[in-house]
Amino acid sequence: MNKSMTTKDIIKKGLLAGLTVLSLNLIGFIALLGERELIKGWFTLGHVFLLATPVAIAYLTTNKMEAEGKVKPLGIGFVIGAIAALPSVLLVYIETTTDLRQFLANVSPALTELLTFGQGVTVGSVLLILLFGLMSAFAAFISILDEKISKPLVTAFAWTLGLATFSEILLIRVRDLFGRGVAKAIFSGKSLNPISAILLFALVMGITIWWSKNGASYKEKIANVTPAKKKQMTQGKSILTMLVILFLPLILGSYLTEVTNNVGLYILMGLGLNIVVGFAGLLDLGYVAFFAIGAYVMGVLTSQGALGLDIGFTFWTALPIAVITSTLFGIMLGIPVLGMRGDYLAIVTLGFGEIIRVIAVSDVFKETLGGAQGILQIPKPDFFGIELVQPGQLYYVVLGAVLLAVFIATRLRDSRLGRQWMALREDEDVAEAMGMNLVSTKLMAFATGAAFSGLAGAIFASKLTSIFPHSFNLIISINVLSLIIVGGVGSIPGVFAGALILVGLPELLREFAEYRMLIYGVLLIVMMLFKPEGFLPDKSRKRELNPDDDLGLAEN
Amino acid sequence: MAMLEVNDIHTYYGNIHALKGISITVEEGEIVTLIGANGAGKTTTLRTISGLLTPREGSISYLDKDITGTPAHELVYQRMAMVPEGRGVFAKLTVQENFEMGSYSRTDKAGIARDLERVYTLFPRMKERRKQVAGTLSGGEQQMLATGRAMMSAPRLLMLDEPSMGLAPVLVDAVFDAIVDINKEGTTILLVEQNALMALSIANRGYVLQTGQIVLHDDAEKLKSNEMVQKAYLGVD
Repeated sequence: MNKSMTTKDIIKKGLLAGLTVLSLNLIGFIALLGERELIKGWFTLGHVFLLATPVAIAYLTTNKMEAEGKVKPLGIGFVIGAIAALPSVLLVYIETTTDLRQFLANVSPALTELLTFGQGVTVGSVLLILLFGLMSAFAAFISILDEKISKPLVTAFAWTLGLATFSEILLIRVRDLFGRGVAKAIFSGKSLNPISAILLFALVMGITIWWSKNGASYKEKIANVTPAKKKQMTQGKSILTMLVILFLPLILGSYLTEVTNNVGLYILMGLGLNIVVGFAGLLDLGYVAFFAIGAYVMGVLTSQGALGLDIGFTFWTALPIAVITSTLFGIMLGIPVLGMRGDYLAIVTLGFGEIIRVIAVSDVFKETLGGAQGILQIPKPDFFGIELVQPGQLYYVVLGAVLLAVFIATRLRDSRLGRQWMALREDEDVAEAMGMNLVSTKLMAFATGAAFSGLAGAIFASKLTSIFPHSFNLIISINVLSLIIVGGVGSIPGVFAGALILVGLPELLREFAEYRMLIYGVLLIVMMLFKPEGFLPDKSRKRELNPDDDLGLAEN
Repeated sequence: MAMLEVNDIHTYYGNIHALKGISITVEEGEIVTLIGANGAGKTTTLRTISGLLTPREGSISYLDKDITGTPAHELVYQRMAMVPEGRGVFAKLTVQENFEMGSYSRTDKAGIARDLERVYTLFPRMKERRKQVAGTLSGGEQQMLATGRAMMSAPRLLMLDEPSMGLAPVLVDAVFDAIVDINKEGTTILLVEQNALMALSIANRGYVLQTGQIVLHDDAEKLKSNEMVQKAYLGVD
């Protein structure tokens, strides 16, 4: 590739980056993130995303070009960056001469201000081109550097940018844990101040360099300890993990705990759908239906409002009924779709999900389900008389449910039923020829999946104290499915990774909220290209997607 | 009474009358083959016997029991096994895991271990590749894997659907040798084949199917020299 790198290729790559940047500008992504300062007075999150594409493309293009000297890769990087800036420069000129907002609402003076650094059109454009060029050249420079130097640099950049991105939340935590003075010293306004950013950068770089020098000997030491000591170390590790999990709400504070609770509910649903889609290979797009059923059962049984049955149900007595009802609906959905596979199954389940939502919103069941007004005044769970109101208290309800679900999912995966699901996923006919009852195998998958989702729904209803039909949109099914794919289909740790990435991160980066679907899309495409098996993949799927590794020989 | 008795079965795909009264008997210890052209109903016959399809008329009895309409997964417990057309291996699992899947219907660990050894003796190549992922095996190896996997359920009757399909000639020989070995060890074989010459050379008896009916039935040797069979299926002018 490096040999055949022609001028045409370079221009093509530059334009590719430029058009990507242009479209990010046009949809308002950059302008919105431009309001979020990362390092006080230096740059915003908008700048990061503005530069991300050309920098990434320059890095990938010049990667492994050490052989060609230093000047050529740097030059290529610069040219790619400079070309990438051109469409945005053009946009700035158009914006200042004509008002495009009638057609493109996001092409505003604020965007021009951001793109020209407030220096006027001419100077600003030159600055923009230079910045793009220099940053891309810098990326090219890093790509040809020796790993010993480039790795600490990249790591330090990533940590500084990452922590700066989450500075708003960090600020609150630092203030609560260490006091106002410390917070003031590190942050200015909601963003990092330049001095703390530089210190952070230096610190991370120092640690990375130190580790690359001494890490190997440490690892060796750990590998050479006696088995008894090793066992002690693993025990210590698991005790530490348990303690962290147990006291997480204290560390995180109430906002982050609330986010964790939401992630936990998605994990719960993810574990359930993972059984249906990941283990048994049945593509279910109506999974939100069981979540809704669990929530509505909880609502109807316990609500103190006009719609509540008021026959003495508490959270804990209603919970099993909600789960059982969802399970029964899971079987009910399973029976008619027994003979269906693949796309057909997906469409029918999609319809099922919509039917449940439409029933909930319809006037026919308004007397019991509340129609569009939903069910209100659902009590929070209580624990021996203590009402669990705070996120930090509800955390333990969610935690308990997730632990139970993980336990059940793991045991099922390794059971005979798990084997049946696996065989079913691979080949229905062969599974049957092996002596497996497909009917019960499929129904068990649907039922277990539905039970987990119903449990999540019941907790959700009690946590929110009110439920509305529009909370049970198709988008929830899509979210859960996406998080499974991102984490690795069929992998239990993958569900955690997926939920953290797709549910946790967007909650923390509320600026992204409007563009969540865009990010999902980009993330999924990038995943399919670079890590098709997911972030924490299941063993056998990893094998399937990388058959070239060791001629497909399994590790064990 | 014969081991397997298929009595005048009629099977339909929707409105299509696929089998128009097929009757077959298989005695214990035999190799019996069904030959015929594409669409003659060979695979349908096999799928009906193994319970994947239900005949609309007629009856099937196996080991003196009426099994008409018994679902496929239950027949495995009555020690009837089938290797489906196109092999159908669990592509993501290793060779060994595929074999272990094959013994799903059994719980006698000692017997399973013994049969696994037996399968590895039968297909030494599988032993070499026991940690390899099945999807990366060649076509012939996959056929061996599928056959071995069926043997892992310790069947008394083994039914094979087109084991030679898509295989290189040298591998066809290897697969057919294995079938003969399996038969010698006491498993009865019902074999569906398009490669009539190969099938008849190892079989005791053969049935010739045409458009859902049996048009000929005789000893394998006699079928080989039958003029019509020679013309239609053996390519002899």
